[in-house]
Amino acid sequence: MLDDTGLKDTGLKGTGPSGPVTSDDLRERVREFLAGHDPVTLPRLEFLGARFDAGLASVHYPPGLGGLGLPRAVQSVVDAAFAAAGAPGNNPERIGIGLGMAAPTILAFGTDEQKQRWLRPLWTGEEVWCQLFSEPGAGSDLAGLATRAVRDPGGADQWQVTGQKVWTSMAHQARWGLLVARTDPDVPKHQGITYFACDMTTGGVEVRPLRQLTGEAEFNEVFLSGAVIPDADRIGAVGEGWRVAQGTLMNERVAIGGAALPREGGMIGSAARTWREHPELRTPGLHDRMLRLWADAEIARLSGERLRQQLAAGQPGPEGSAAKLVFARLNQDISAFELELAGADGLRYQDWSLRRPESVSFYGRDAGYRYLRARGNSIEGGTSEILRNIIAERVLGLPPEPRVDTRVPWKDLPK
Amino acid sequence: MSRAAGADHPGLLYSEAEDELRAAVRSVLDDRAGWPAVLARIETDEPYDTGLWHVLAANVGCAGLLIPESHGGAGASYREAAVVAEEVGRSVAPVPYLGSAVVATAALLEVADGKLLRDLASGSVTAALAIPFATSLSVPAPLGTVRVVAPQPGDPAGQARLRGTVTGVADALPADVLLVPADGVPDGLYAVDRRAPGLTVAPVVSLDATRQLADLTLDGVPARCLASGPAAVRATAAALTAGAATLAAEQLGMAQQCLDMTVAYLKVRHQFARPVGSFQALKHRLADMWVAITQARSAARYAAACLASGDPDTPVAVALAKAACGDAAVHAAQECVQLHGGIGFTWEHPAHLYLKRAKSSSIGFGTADWHRATLAGLAGLPGPGASGGPL
Repeated sequence: MLDDTGLKDTGLKGTGPSGPVTSDDLRERVREFLAGHDPVTLPRLEFLGARFDAGLASVHYPPGLGGLGLPRAVQSVVDAAFAAAGAPGNNPERIGIGLGMAAPTILAFGTDEQKQRWLRPLWTGEEVWCQLFSEPGAGSDLAGLATRAVRDPGGADQWQVTGQKVWTSMAHQARWGLLVARTDPDVPKHQGITYFACDMTTGGVEVRPLRQLTGEAEFNEVFLSGAVIPDADRIGAVGEGWRVAQGTLMNERVAIGGAALPREGGMIGSAARTWREHPELRTPGLHDRMLRLWADAEIARLSGERLRQQLAAGQPGPEGSAAKLVFARLNQDISAFELELAGADGLRYQDWSLRRPESVSFYGRDAGYRYLRARGNSIEGGTSEILRNIIAERVLGLPPEPRVDTRVPWKDLPK
Repeated sequence: MSRAAGADHPGLLYSEAEDELRAAVRSVLDDRAGWPAVLARIETDEPYDTGLWHVLAANVGCAGLLIPESHGGAGASYREAAVVAEEVGRSVAPVPYLGSAVVATAALLEVADGKLLRDLASGSVTAALAIPFATSLSVPAPLGTVRVVAPQPGDPAGQARLRGTVTGVADALPADVLLVPADGVPDGLYAVDRRAPGLTVAPVVSLDATRQLADLTLDGVPARCLASGPAAVRATAAALTAGAATLAAEQLGMAQQCLDMTVAYLKVRHQFARPVGSFQALKHRLADMWVAITQARSAARYAAACLASGDPDTPVAVALAKAACGDAAVHAAQECVQLHGGIGFTWEHPAHLYLKRAKSSSIGFGTADWHRATLAGLAGLPGPGASGGPL
């Protein structure tokens, strides 16, 4: 979550444009706002829009853009005050890509007009965002992407985009897509990319569900066939798209950081419950695995807690890059264990029908679903192999592999 | 069994004071316990570096960390003690820090022996608990094979005599005082002077020569009873708990040093006209080592924090830490040997010092498997055949 710093609300002080702001000041501001905007009677979007306009949406954003220019840590004070008043929320699960990736990218690289146009409906949830990054031919090697954006030969200030994007969650509900496309194939691959916001309702944008091995379709394929994007919707300079995308991906990693859970709060809780309820399923081999998984899961949870303490103390370390690797491996091992533990029941599956879930949860589904869905955890958001490269090169400082692809023009690379 | 997340969670970071302590210890160890010195020493008659130990114990104050200021100690906690252990592990220093300043001290704190605590804090006396290094913490704690025997004519009142053997004791060689659990009347924990007649402390050729073990033989040795009955059992249990948690921190230090050495070597070692550290097959192994160490560090810090605050979750925390750090250290040391290639298999390279210390430490105070097995009871995950009760 964008605004979750894990800090408690007591004693926090931010320094806003008009001097120090205490938690009490912020609560008072929320009280004043609520006095003028009844959370019960006002329509939801209208209430959320007014909250944005009052700078009480993301308080670390600048004034006029939903915030008050305060430290991110004090957001929890505001959120708690609104929640206590029973105010409607913006359903952050549904607009996670907008909040976690689009908004920080627009804030960092967008023009004033773009910030004014996009941030408000993004935060209220009126406009959903998706991410048009991966392609069938560009997964781990995102910079090798082949979707082409050509400046309209008519000289008009617009681009024509042709190509195929994949693994796009929420594309079927999205108004906007964060798009990286190749604008210059004659330069090395990282240099010829430009970043756009693509209107998903425009002609030439076709969204098709992408059915995954669980049977359902969380994701989409997006086909771009001469879709027109006004140059005003370009984010950052032409050819600067890779740098902008790096900023987006960095925010994705922060967003994946994870929430605080109690002991047995994750997938291990489900396996431990099954273990306790079914003594007849226990074998010595499974017992050893159960204890090993419980220990590893609890240590991973402690590591998450340690990470939050580091962030709260203003000492962010590289340990965050370990978290996703551990999380993926544990989810896979625990769900595989649970399925075996289930024995004959593990041979059944709830439902293979093509469904389109709005959000993804491991819970409320059977162990077979967890087993299958967890296979994606080591692929999505950076494969475990790419994460190991990143740790080896950026954390441990090991030299990069010799590469043939970074100095020649993109058009000359073998494909 | 619950441990909530959030602001009341025990702190898992290193404090500024802990960082300063680490720097002080590291500076002494870098200066006096470089691996060539350690390697040279282990083949001499004095495998323990008593001179170095005196500097660490008395000058840096490592011997009295856990001892209250009222007894001449630093009044610090297991958090600080763990930081020192990390550095001792990092340098595979042959000093009796774990055995004297942690294990024996924990037992003496439990029985509140002011005189011995004061001597230990000053660094003038070194002590060891006379139990096999491979002893796991179990309840009730094992009391060994030593028996209390009849006093001899002329023995002063209050003096007991002990007979028996204890094998494979860590840090007993340089100890001035041995704390001996014994059965008999009364069964308890006894203090034995190293120079007492009838006591033999025989060095054992040990897998880990940087922590050489000793076999103790007691033949009617005079002894002073420190505690008897349940109080003695509690003292031994406290010592084993502190020993396991602090040994975990030592293992963490070994693992980190093995990773650091290997990373440094892979940056400079060239084969096929490129640094071998640029090969993905090797990078991924180092990345996995690093990940395992980040996890082990969280567990070690949690155990030290729980022990420091007397948290009721301490048994779980110690089991997690000893299992994770033991596995991480052995894995890192084995990888260190392998990724160094031929040079890593030689006597002249320090990798084997870490391999031997890591493997021995993984057996000391309970293996990883043994500690994980204790979670069956602690976390309510009974094995086959056991009745599955609620938490």
